[in-house]
Amino acid sequence: MHLTVSDSNPGNFWNWRGWGPLRALAIAALTLLPLLVVLASFFEPQPEIWAHLTEYVLPGVLWNTGILILGVGAGVLLLGVPLAWLTAVCDFPGRRFFAWSLMLPLAMPAYVLAFVQVGLLDFTGPVQTLLRTWFGSSAWFPPIRSTGGVVLVLTLAFYPYVYLLARNAFITQGLRAVEAAQALGFTRGQAFWKVALPMARPWIAGGMTLALMETLADFGSVSIFSFDTFTTAIYKAWFSLFNLPAASQLASLLVLFVLVLAVIDQHLRHNRRYAAKNFSPARIVLQGGARWGAVVFCGVVLAMAFVVPFIQLLIWARTVWQEDFDARYPAFLLHSILLGGVAAAVVTVLGLLLSAIRQHHKDWMTQFIVRLATLGYAIPGTVLAVGVFIPVAWLDNYLVGAAQWAGWDVSQILKGSLLVMLLALSARFLAVAFQPVDAAMQRITRNQGNAARSLGLSPRQVLLRLQLPMVRGGLLTAALIVFVDVMKEMPITLMTRPFGWDTLAVRVFEMTSEGMWDRAALPSLAIVLAGLLPVILLVRKSESGLH
Amino acid sequence: MDALVLDSVALGYGKQQIVHDLSFALAPGEIGCLLGGSGCGKTTVLRAIAGFEPLRSGRIALNGHWVAEERWQLAPERRQIGMVFQDYALFPHLSVAANVGFGLREWTRADKAHRIEEMLALVGLADAGPRYPHELSGGQQQRVALARALAPGPTLLLMDEPFSNLDVELRERLSIDVHDILKATGTTGLLVTHNQQEAFAMADRVGVMLSGTLQQWASPYALYHEPATRHVATFVGDGVFLPARVHGQNCIDFELGQLCRIQPVDVPDGADVDVLIRPDDIQHDDASPIRAKVLERVFRGAAFLYTLELASGDRVLSLVPSHHDHQIGEMIGIRLEIDHLVAFQKALT
Repeated sequence: MHLTVSDSNPGNFWNWRGWGPLRALAIAALTLLPLLVVLASFFEPQPEIWAHLTEYVLPGVLWNTGILILGVGAGVLLLGVPLAWLTAVCDFPGRRFFAWSLMLPLAMPAYVLAFVQVGLLDFTGPVQTLLRTWFGSSAWFPPIRSTGGVVLVLTLAFYPYVYLLARNAFITQGLRAVEAAQALGFTRGQAFWKVALPMARPWIAGGMTLALMETLADFGSVSIFSFDTFTTAIYKAWFSLFNLPAASQLASLLVLFVLVLAVIDQHLRHNRRYAAKNFSPARIVLQGGARWGAVVFCGVVLAMAFVVPFIQLLIWARTVWQEDFDARYPAFLLHSILLGGVAAAVVTVLGLLLSAIRQHHKDWMTQFIVRLATLGYAIPGTVLAVGVFIPVAWLDNYLVGAAQWAGWDVSQILKGSLLVMLLALSARFLAVAFQPVDAAMQRITRNQGNAARSLGLSPRQVLLRLQLPMVRGGLLTAALIVFVDVMKEMPITLMTRPFGWDTLAVRVFEMTSEGMWDRAALPSLAIVLAGLLPVILLVRKSESGLH
Repeated sequence: MDALVLDSVALGYGKQQIVHDLSFALAPGEIGCLLGGSGCGKTTVLRAIAGFEPLRSGRIALNGHWVAEERWQLAPERRQIGMVFQDYALFPHLSVAANVGFGLREWTRADKAHRIEEMLALVGLADAGPRYPHELSGGQQQRVALARALAPGPTLLLMDEPFSNLDVELRERLSIDVHDILKATGTTGLLVTHNQQEAFAMADRVGVMLSGTLQQWASPYALYHEPATRHVATFVGDGVFLPARVHGQNCIDFELGQLCRIQPVDVPDGADVDVLIRPDDIQHDDASPIRAKVLERVFRGAAFLYTLELASGDRVLSLVPSHHDHQIGEMIGIRLEIDHLVAFQKALT
């Protein structure tokens, strides 16, 4: 028997375990660097800044943030869980319609909902005006520009997270659990409280964590309400007081809040395991008052969170259509599409790379770094803007120095370029792209990869000929969601855009900060229409996967 | 030259050693089978031959070339091995024809189309080319997986529990089909299964594995009638052990009488041994003086499998044509009819 020469194993380079963490780290740096920059400022407190912050800023901000967490947390539970239970398990007129339409508010950014509600319900708005013509000037209406108003708007904007996840849980295991409990002698009501609800707890808590992350990250709506939170305080410190260190101190505090939520969220994801599906026992048919109560409840939520605001946007847009459309509108639209498109391409490729790295390197270090890389979804845009800007400004100093030494007269190179904005947006939305790509990648079994190998493909060819075609759907989904999220995104775009580079979201901010609700309607409408695309995807997926 | 040689192969993950000192060889065109319960390491062996698991020690050769040794292994794509996976691992985004043609990359378009057609005809799916895997039944998917693995003309075909997801009838028919296809194409095959009927139907040589070691590598006939270890004796086929004592060079005494064979029993005179009694070794005979009580009976159509209690309280199994319908508790006459004497020395306690 003769020995073949041991030519170098072509799989060697790719398979070498030591590369995994480094490769993952190269992408994770996008998220980790800004995060560490911000956290570093927490560990290097500057006494005079802190003295100012603790005296004038923090008390109000902390109090407001606490109120928001409690209020919105309770609000999304009170709306999300009953709506999920009704549409997943019960039967009443319009149930099928409400099941998907209750996801529609996801298409409407919280800041759009906020200014429409303020415009509608404010003293000069149509609702109060109408009430006064009916009941005279003494007619009392709860003020919308209040803590209660903020909580109401954010609840309406973010309840779909709880609704979606809880509905998933109830559909996959709710009815079966109720039937099992009934067979053991429980009534339906007892079964809900003792079995169905506790079983769904990881899903419900997960939805609530997502809603709270969005609440902490929200910048647009709270600034419309002039309700001071961390995000608005960071913005003011940077752009009104030109005090970047103060902004980063505030950002570091906000990050601590958010990381707690992120850890809870990661933990909850582990506890969510889907039971077998394709099982649809008879629904609970509601009778009498409960039947119409359910219709009214679903209808009121849908109307307040989507239908009425959407109609109001259309009405406003109609009145200002002429003067707004021929002004700078096409430039806003173009900027939004350009930014969304470039970010979607970059982030989707990064998400694909990250997922491929995760598939090839199974060691815990790589897996851990990949999880860190996808932490960006939890970090508010204001924080990322600060965290990206500081190192870029630092780098810029050197570059400008070098350029001036070389004879070029420039004052900034990277600062104020699109690069800063793209970096921050990529960090924020990497997880958004990673999840659908990785889910598609996970569906490729180990044996499918092995089969391709034994049919003569090298690992690189397996990536090109097997994995890429098989994750194509996931890539498209990822690109679409990132595109729309970037269009909706407000704080990063606002804080890091090159001068004069305004997008639709920036336009909305500028108009609403001057109280010109109708002028903000047209750009908002474009954002909402784009936002409908991923929601349609989501609706389709949940209808096909869970029915 | 052997098509496949495993020489003292050891395999494992992390601190755990899964396969110990495994050696066997397959001649070209032969079909081998690794038979064992779950967790015995048989699939790991198959994956190591395909190139998906590194070797701890030992080496593997294909057609006279070493392809894996300690610390070195040829990449799977360079081994020219076909593999049929337990879950088939078909590519869902490709049509059946594209799946079968997946490994034919260097082929010209015309050759490729012809080969795909040929392979699909071979597995009896001539019309399935344009369809997609999810449109096929389990048995059809299995055939596509087979066609895909055979298309590039591998020198060795590996099959990991290829029929385990199919129902019993389909399993029997397909195992015969696959056997015939391998023989017709002259392909060497190695299959892994926990089902001995499948092993016996397909393989020329069967290796019984127990917790990572190869207990015996032999023909199905030899495994059944001349098992090398107690484990092989109990794992392959039904049977019970009865206590006996060696008498002289090649006789043993036990409850059912004295048995003498031409081949010597490999234990000293007077030693205590256990004798393997297969159900077909015990014949029902009303005239026999040896009586046994019926304890249990299982109707198997053509025959009854009776569990009988001897006078000593020991139990034996007996396969009896089903027109002998005896009730539980009845005493029936039995006679010993052994062609192969299998005895193991009693473990010293």
